Amino acid sequence: MQPFTFRRPADLSEASALLAAEGAVALGGGMSLLPVLKQRLAAHAMLVDLSRLPPLQGISATDGVLYVGAGTTHADVAASPVVAGTIPALAALAGGIGDPQVRNRGTLGGVLANADPAADYPAAVLALGAEVVTDRRAIPADAFFRGLFLTALEPGEIITGVRFPVPAAAGYAKFRSPASRYAIVGVFVARGAGGVRVAVTGAASSVFRVPQMERALDAAFTRDALAGLTVPPEGLNGDIHAEPSFRAHLVGVMARRAVAAALA
Amino acid sequence: MLDNLPANPTGIGASILRKEDRRFLTGRGNYVADLKRPGMTFGVFVRSPHAHASLGAIDTEAARVVPGVLAVLTGADLAADEVGGIPCGWGITGRDGQPMKEPAHPALALGKVRYVGDAVAFVVAETAEAARQAADVVEVAYDVLPSVVNVLDAVRPDAPVLFDEAPGNLCCDWEMGDRAAVDAAFAGAAHVARLSLVNNRLVGNPMEPRAAVAEYDPAGDRTTLWTTSQFPHVVRLLMGNFVLKIPQHKLRVVAPDVGGGFGVKQFHYAEEAVVTWAARRLGRAVKWVCERSEGFISDAHGRDHVTEAEMALDETGKFLALRVSTLANMGGYLSTFGPNIPTNLYAPLLAGVYTTPAIHCEVKCVFTNTVPVDAYRGAGRPEATFVLERLVDVCAAELGMDRIAIRRRNMITADAYPYQTPVMVQYDSGDPVGCMDRALEIADWAGFPARREAAARRGVYRGIGISTYIEACGLAPSRIAIRLGARGGLYESAAIRVHPTGHVTALMGTHSHGQGHETTFAQIVSEKLGVPVENVDIVFGDTDRVQFGMGTYGSRSLVVGGTALSKAADKIILKGRKIAAHQMEAAIDDVVFEGGTFRVAGTDRTRSFEEISLSAYVPADFPLEILEPGLEEQAFYDPVNFTYPGGAHIAEVEIDRETGSVRLVSYVAVDDVGTVINPMIVAGQLHGGIVQGVGQALCENAAYDEGSGQLVAGSFMDYCMPRADMMPRMHVETHNTRCSHTDLGTKGCGEMGTIGSPAAVTNAIVNALSGLGITHVDMPASPNRIWRVMQTAQLPQAAE
Repeated sequence: MQPFTFRRPADLSEASALLAAEGAVALGGGMSLLPVLKQRLAAHAMLVDLSRLPPLQGISATDGVLYVGAGTTHADVAASPVVAGTIPALAALAGGIGDPQVRNRGTLGGVLANADPAADYPAAVLALGAEVVTDRRAIPADAFFRGLFLTALEPGEIITGVRFPVPAAAGYAKFRSPASRYAIVGVFVARGAGGVRVAVTGAASSVFRVPQMERALDAAFTRDALAGLTVPPEGLNGDIHAEPSFRAHLVGVMARRAVAAALA
Repeated sequence: MLDNLPANPTGIGASILRKEDRRFLTGRGNYVADLKRPGMTFGVFVRSPHAHASLGAIDTEAARVVPGVLAVLTGADLAADEVGGIPCGWGITGRDGQPMKEPAHPALALGKVRYVGDAVAFVVAETAEAARQAADVVEVAYDVLPSVVNVLDAVRPDAPVLFDEAPGNLCCDWEMGDRAAVDAAFAGAAHVARLSLVNNRLVGNPMEPRAAVAEYDPAGDRTTLWTTSQFPHVVRLLMGNFVLKIPQHKLRVVAPDVGGGFGVKQFHYAEEAVVTWAARRLGRAVKWVCERSEGFISDAHGRDHVTEAEMALDETGKFLALRVSTLANMGGYLSTFGPNIPTNLYAPLLAGVYTTPAIHCEVKCVFTNTVPVDAYRGAGRPEATFVLERLVDVCAAELGMDRIAIRRRNMITADAYPYQTPVMVQYDSGDPVGCMDRALEIADWAGFPARREAAARRGVYRGIGISTYIEACGLAPSRIAIRLGARGGLYESAAIRVHPTGHVTALMGTHSHGQGHETTFAQIVSEKLGVPVENVDIVFGDTDRVQFGMGTYGSRSLVVGGTALSKAADKIILKGRKIAAHQMEAAIDDVVFEGGTFRVAGTDRTRSFEEISLSAYVPADFPLEILEPGLEEQAFYDPVNFTYPGGAHIAEVEIDRETGSVRLVSYVAVDDVGTVINPMIVAGQLHGGIVQGVGQALCENAAYDEGSGQLVAGSFMDYCMPRADMMPRMHVETHNTRCSHTDLGTKGCGEMGTIGSPAAVTNAIVNALSGLGITHVDMPASPNRIWRVMQTAQLPQAAE
């Protein structure tokens, strides 16, 4: 690990000012950033710790919208009665991220800003049609994820929270990498006011929706509605754990299991 | 006979808690990485990012000017100091009578690098951070060459060649057994079953990464190396004698608490020599601590075989002959035991527990651009068992025989011991039928069809598999081992120092790095001398304190070291009887020692162990005319044979038809370990070994990229270690027969879990999928692999 300066700003304006500096990078729970620094795959002059910023805290539900502060840990989302009472599939997803150590440190905002292609939260954010709220604006999920570790965030822009519309039903199913326990394929299915949305994480360079499955589930929100449906393997990730055609197959399997979870 | 000894609450057979665990569980262990020496500096290795390259100029200027840097050392500096190469501890001989090809293995690469991770430079600095920073700016000119990582590719005529002196990348073309007899049996066989398989490459990954600290004391011209080693005396011998030319009495090697070995730490590594050399050169203590990702590309790997096997059978399922041909990966250089593992520790195990009358095994040891391959828990024996037990299932399937019936038909019965196999070894004792029958009973093998049906109703494939096995432990009679290529003896030593108070220190040549020796050996002393274990300390791991030893590997500590300890205790008892006879005015032959008391047989005249101990040091009433004062004895024991633990393991699995995920739902192991010293420790050894074998069967795979030669599974993000949630509650029990030639009847238990489990689990998986016509699945049985074989099996049906 290369030497760096550690700063913990007291408010958003100080955070913004610090992040404007050359070589500064935002730090959430550090579950992705710190391993990269330790392996010396990256070096930053300054780490700006956002995890304790007051505006990034809190979970609340009002008028059919669940708000989760960006600094909320996965463990807190998993244990929140508010989340369980509104979008239990989101609580279940958070409770299945990584391991207890990761869940006690990692934050929602950190995951979204990092946009790891195998992270769980992006599937929920996209399938639920959530809005990513920053210190500058609100970004619809469909516009937020731009590719491999790529988002719509501008330099220095800070995620403060996420607004999740509460769906009528939702479910998440993932097939974990046996080694890292990241999603090889994770599928989040949500039936909301605007219809059914299906989002897939882990399978490609970035989270994506599956319109064909959404149409099928709009017609009938049942497991059987997805029979035989999956995505083509072209363009999907391949590694020693799962070749692209296996991932394509798993998208179908996990989508059906997500529907089953939503109906359970 | 031990059976006649009085019950001793801390003696043999007692499941007492481990004495060492208080230290470990309260964070008071003392590991190499914990060491701080005055003026200590820190070293970092610069390692090749290329699998195969000519080594050009190494520009160290930028590194040297990093503040705090003391030295940047390369292979050229080693050569200038006339430092020797890293020696191989075994020299095997090919079928043509020629010795194996044994290319030079410089401690820092010279001329070429031969695997990703091959060390090219060593940076020493005042701080670890400065050393790392400097290592990053060492400029090495590599002229990248085509590389080869897979043994099948490496033996092709057009393959890149690692060493000019080893054409075709062939280190040795080796064989064992009677080829003519096997050919004749095959020619007349009613049936021949064939199987091709891969034994996947593994990374040992002990919890504690390797580390070394070295220091030179000019006052006494003494060099000390603290290292994470399973055999400090052997490191002293190999490094002192062959690499650095330091006289043995001027070199001390200490292996303090070591956090797991599994074989990874039973080799003399280049890093140990480089750190020691650097410390002597600089006149400063030097510390190197391997990072986990560095360990992946520098710890010797295990397994990595490609094998063709054939069994000839008669029409009744009787095995007539076994023919095995294996390509074994040696990696980029020969590690300490490298060529011995897939040969002498592999072919002799192919008889298994069966009466197969003729066996021939040929092994080609092949160099590739990968990390050197050497012993990993089981070392050759899991590979042999996997071949044999998978092939037996294939035989049963092809003949339409029951898997148990074909095993029973060919199994060595308990009354047939000692049993001479056609591949060198003679088993002294065992009861494989008894182990198998007990395992079948516990696993409710008979009730399996109902469980399979119930699983099918849930939409799940369920399978059950068995693996019997035998292993050869406690290697070996030195005379035989040296004939087979060992370049050292394979005895063990123990010394017992009885203090004037009757407290005991036992000094062992073996090394405990998780096995619980401080308890097991103390129990042996307790049993033999009648003192409680609290009064016994076990010392090991320091060449200045312990006389000599070959260390701990191959399940040898209890059977070889324990026998030496028992013999040392016998000497103590004999001397004590002489002292007691003098004091009680009796003939020595009339003095017996029982439960810690010397007694004139048939009388109430006694002397306690403590009284005799005191009088050995305060010899007021002591037979000085025939005995020296003091009470300390030493014994070396050279084994008269291997020991042959064995057993039967049964695994039951369920497979998700949609995802190919395998869930291990039941595991039963019934093992013959001979005399059990501490049942809890034996169970622990079995549990750990089974989990490691399950890891190989289900998830571990040190995958290399064929094109670049990069280790793809180079971190825990991709290298899948077995985890607690993969395991069902294991049922482990022993069904013991006494070893005929170890003093205590022990056979060893360190590796058996790893030997029985890969085949048991894989046989269960193949059984689960047998309805699809699947006859073999290579390890690891990852979901992707299972899904792929299911797809392939189902495609022809779909086309119908």
